[in-house]
Amino acid sequence: MVSPHLVVGERHPRLDAMDQTRGAVIYADDVAPPGVLVGRLLRSPHAHASVVRIDTTHAQALDGVIGIITGEDLPTRYGILPISQDEYALALDTVRYVGEPVAAIAATSATVAERALALIEVEYEAMASTLSLRAALEEELPLLHGDGVGRNVHRSVALEFGDVDGALRSSHHIEEDVFFFRGNTHAALEAHSATASYSPQGKLTLTSSTQVPHYVHRTLEKVLGLPSGKIRVIAAPVGGGFGGKTDPFSHEIAAAKLAMLTGRPVKFTLSREEVFYTHRGRHPVLMWLKTGFSADGNITAVHFRSFLDGGAYGSYGVATLYYTGALQATTYRIPNYRFEGVRAFTNKPPCGPKRGNGTPQPRFAIECQLDKASEALGIDPVALRLRNLVEPYSSTVNHLRITSSGLKECIERVVAASDFDARHGRLADGRGIGIAVGSYMSGAGLPIYWNDMPQSEVEIRVDRGGGVTVLSMAADIGQGSTSMLATVVAHRLGLRMEDLNLVTGDTDLTPIDLGSYSSRVTFMAGNAALDAATAVRQQILSVVGRKLEVDVADLELAGARVFVRGDEESGMSWSEAVQLTIASDGPLLATGSYRAPELAGPYRGSGVGISPAYSYSACVVLLACDRDTGMVEIERVWLAHDVGKALNPLLVEGQIEGGVYMGLGEALFEEQSFRGAHHRGPSLLDYKIPTALEMPPVETIIVESDDPEGPYGAKEVGQGPLLPVIPAVANAIHDAIGVRIDEVPITPDKVVAALRSAERGRSTRFGPSGVPAFEFPEITRVEPPVGFGVT
Amino acid sequence: MTTHLPTFDYRRPTSLGEAVRLISSGGSSTVVMAGGTDLVPKMKRRQLTPSTVISLSRVTEMQGIRYQDGATTIGSGTLLREVVASRLVPEPLRLAAATVASPHVRNTATIGGNLCLDTRCNYIDMPEGWRIANGHCLKDGGDTCWVAPRQERCWAVHASDVSPIAIAMHTNVRLVSETGERIIPLEDLYANDGINNLTKRRDELLVELKIPSIEMRASYYKLRRRGAIDFALVGAAASFALEEAGSAEDVRIVLTGIASAPVRVFEAEQFLVAEGLSPGSIVEAAGIAGSCVRTQDNTDLGSRYRKWMIPVAVQRVLEGLAMNTNERSADRGTD
Ligand SMILES: Cc1cc2nc3c(=O)[nH]c(=O)nc-3n(C[C@H](O)[C@H](O)[C@H](O)COP(=O)(O)OP(=O)(O)OC[C@H]3O[C@@H](n4cnc5c(N)ncnc54)[C@H](O)[C@@H]3O)c2cc1C
Repeated sequence: MVSPHLVVGERHPRLDAMDQTRGAVIYADDVAPPGVLVGRLLRSPHAHASVVRIDTTHAQALDGVIGIITGEDLPTRYGILPISQDEYALALDTVRYVGEPVAAIAATSATVAERALALIEVEYEAMASTLSLRAALEEELPLLHGDGVGRNVHRSVALEFGDVDGALRSSHHIEEDVFFFRGNTHAALEAHSATASYSPQGKLTLTSSTQVPHYVHRTLEKVLGLPSGKIRVIAAPVGGGFGGKTDPFSHEIAAAKLAMLTGRPVKFTLSREEVFYTHRGRHPVLMWLKTGFSADGNITAVHFRSFLDGGAYGSYGVATLYYTGALQATTYRIPNYRFEGVRAFTNKPPCGPKRGNGTPQPRFAIECQLDKASEALGIDPVALRLRNLVEPYSSTVNHLRITSSGLKECIERVVAASDFDARHGRLADGRGIGIAVGSYMSGAGLPIYWNDMPQSEVEIRVDRGGGVTVLSMAADIGQGSTSMLATVVAHRLGLRMEDLNLVTGDTDLTPIDLGSYSSRVTFMAGNAALDAATAVRQQILSVVGRKLEVDVADLELAGARVFVRGDEESGMSWSEAVQLTIASDGPLLATGSYRAPELAGPYRGSGVGISPAYSYSACVVLLACDRDTGMVEIERVWLAHDVGKALNPLLVEGQIEGGVYMGLGEALFEEQSFRGAHHRGPSLLDYKIPTALEMPPVETIIVESDDPEGPYGAKEVGQGPLLPVIPAVANAIHDAIGVRIDEVPITPDKVVAALRSAERGRSTRFGPSGVPAFEFPEITRVEPPVGFGVT
Repeated sequence: MTTHLPTFDYRRPTSLGEAVRLISSGGSSTVVMAGGTDLVPKMKRRQLTPSTVISLSRVTEMQGIRYQDGATTIGSGTLLREVVASRLVPEPLRLAAATVASPHVRNTATIGGNLCLDTRCNYIDMPEGWRIANGHCLKDGGDTCWVAPRQERCWAVHASDVSPIAIAMHTNVRLVSETGERIIPLEDLYANDGINNLTKRRDELLVELKIPSIEMRASYYKLRRRGAIDFALVGAAASFALEEAGSAEDVRIVLTGIASAPVRVFEAEQFLVAEGLSPGSIVEAAGIAGSCVRTQDNTDLGSRYRKWMIPVAVQRVLEGLAMNTNERSADRGTD
């Protein structure tokens, strides 16, 4: 019996698993064209300074130096968001953080290139730098962007849905807290690398470890002034992205420019130190959160303020700012909601998108506060969450359309699996258990730059022997997007994954996909692939139907055969069917595409947070905390995730485990922090990512809510599972030792400080005490969606 | 942004005689390398740019572990992996060596290199570009110690995990130079100065450790962030002789990760000699250790936390010892 469902839902190792295991994958740094030059970047030693003069004569004169460029060679501004075009590939006349690229060298060896760096003379005129949120928002300091002095505010927002003050006034209980999420970085194993070459015919090729070949392509077009057809960007397999390779970068542009100038290929591979300066990681966010509850525990209103320390440039920061306020409403029903937020510029490496962009910080705040409220209200934390859940197929107060939601099932299943009820509040002193939930988008509803074109396109070509090639620009960053495409297409065409050829991430060869960010690839490229595969399937079935004189509806495509349903011996093989189709219709190729539905609400800023579907997760953490040392040992984690439909449960589990790992690192260890303008430790010895020894057993639970718009019902899993982990840790620590650490990461010094304070009869909490004095803009009032009942 | 080693001459002597000759004829810019796990990263960061590197890895006299004349002798070139695995090495030392870095590092790192480990600090163990941007510190050729700018010394921290237990176990080390050799207590190898932290002359090689067979209990407790790789936030070793052989000199408490040298806490030692080991005296001795040792904000997690952790570490290591000797059941091990 040929099963019609032989691919989707089955556990398949990734297509590249064997190559990865054998070390056969060609990463960006493995690319070695003949005659390739070694590129190096000269970086600023100043946090904030004018570049008065750069003299490269001595460096030029060094034997083996082939090319040197400075800001003047690349004077066009760019940035990932159209509203934040504030970067130069090499600082033009101002440097804004220690480590900012100032000049680039291509030389015959690394030794020569590094020696030449020291010979470039740069005259700086230092100015006062802005190094903290408070300094940026409260003091008059030289502006990072613009002339003169003032407040270094990048962007601010104030929105209100419903009547928050009114609802708070009539609330039975109000919780008000300040939280701080200190910010961290991606710490991907692979350092960024890019190699450019330039042909005599004027064609530029850049192979880069990037998550977004299309946006790199557009940036090169803009900065280099080349027509898009003269630029080819190839996304090499990425050794860890997590959002850290989602911007166009200086080293990519410098490699391209130097290749054009020297006529030789040029490669830049960043050192670990440089990766910490390149950053674009998790924003430090200070948060003030005030929530009203009715006596029986219903949320009546939420007033949330976020203060983001953005670093020196925009990057995705405007989106991040809006994200800190957007997704609170997708898990709990909030009838009245006010969001005020501000992103500041500071003289530190730019923050940007990291897994969960802008949402782990408020999620930490909300979930910790809910536990505090649960104590105050005398309602069990699980019950309090369950009674406030957003209904599936509803709308939130800030106009987000909710479709499928398995959140209730996620909660119920982690609670049951972890024996939460029997353990919470009942474990021996020093052991604790905590719960939290989260939700994330399955792709941003809007592309980064405004356009009416599809967000993802897939092409399928079938050769005369029946060989199938699937082409998509989706960049595989280790999440397995290439395997996902194979799963969807193979399933649709009745083939096996390993029968397909995949061509991905190449702007010359593959149709557009916007990139691997915002958890969009399975939903969007998956739907586009399904669309293309359906077209191929229909074409073949109709030709075969004509030939066999049977109704297309009676034909089945499975096990590499086309046959009349119920009679597997009938019909013909896949390759015969393909040949028949080509003979009848000509070349067998099809395209498919995906465009998200129109979802934006009736207000400015509503473009951030909308998504065709939301994933849901719930997490329980069991841990032990040493009262003397403050050290936390995670004993076990349960994580249930509503992925809509697990196209490949093996990969879903991998993403959940990876999310748990990263979440635990953020909760307990990782911190991108500075002493003044200087990074506290740009190395993997000082930046504490957890080792295998810190990783506890993880019990993954897959929940399937079958999303009506997802490919085969699938939603995202790349980012969502990280979100609840961090607050679940914080809540478990409180359960273990009775103190609240309202600041992430929860390092042992903070735990001991809180315990000592509690012992002296003072506060049982460690955390920030207040927020900067900042005047938010006038509130934009937005009517909740029609039919959104206000309690 | 340097990622590559500077250039240097490389020598690999095969005998001790040849090694000491090379060193004394080499200038001040000649360094010796054992496993290189401390030295090589420092060279990549341009903390050191020696003209000549003399590898000790082939010097046969520095290899091997043997028991001889009532002492365990460990060649300084013995890999930590071998130290951890050898049944000839007293268990407390093996357990302490097993807390160094990670298996990968211990496969290359030697016990001699560990004892001669350079002092560490947040301002010195940084990439070259970082140190240029921040301004070179005292140990780095500058004129200010960024940890304590008003003082005229360097506060970089002694970080070896092996030295405290080795000192607690009364280890002597044999130093050899072209002009002669001497055997000194390991304790005397160190000076509490972040720059000149070793008392041995530049041309002297540490050839072996000698651990006398004294009837004693010893233990090491290492507090660190992660279960591997990380240096000690505070490390505490303790030893005391068994009752029949007990005498005033025989209690030792030695700390690492705190000062520029291993720190013996004499006040606490003497207190325990007088009071004996009991649950009450352990807590009190730990308190004494906490009150007489200072910390600086120069490694991970700041000085206040590390100051708090000194009594905790001392208490835990002593409890571990007490548990071993009195067969008292306690709920905590010593890690
Ligand atoms: C990631 C990482 C983590 C680490 N974690 C720890 C840790 O947790 N605990 C810890 O104690 N150490 C740690 N270290 C430091 C170091 O790796 C070890 O201390 C190691 O034992 C040093 O030995 P080596 O043979 O590699 O020394 P080398 O690097 O070869 O030498 C170190 C120093 O000693 C000198 N030297 C070496 N042998 C002799 C000799 N026979 N006579 C005279 N001078 C000599 C060298 O000139 C050099 O100055 C870590 C290092 C790294 C890179």
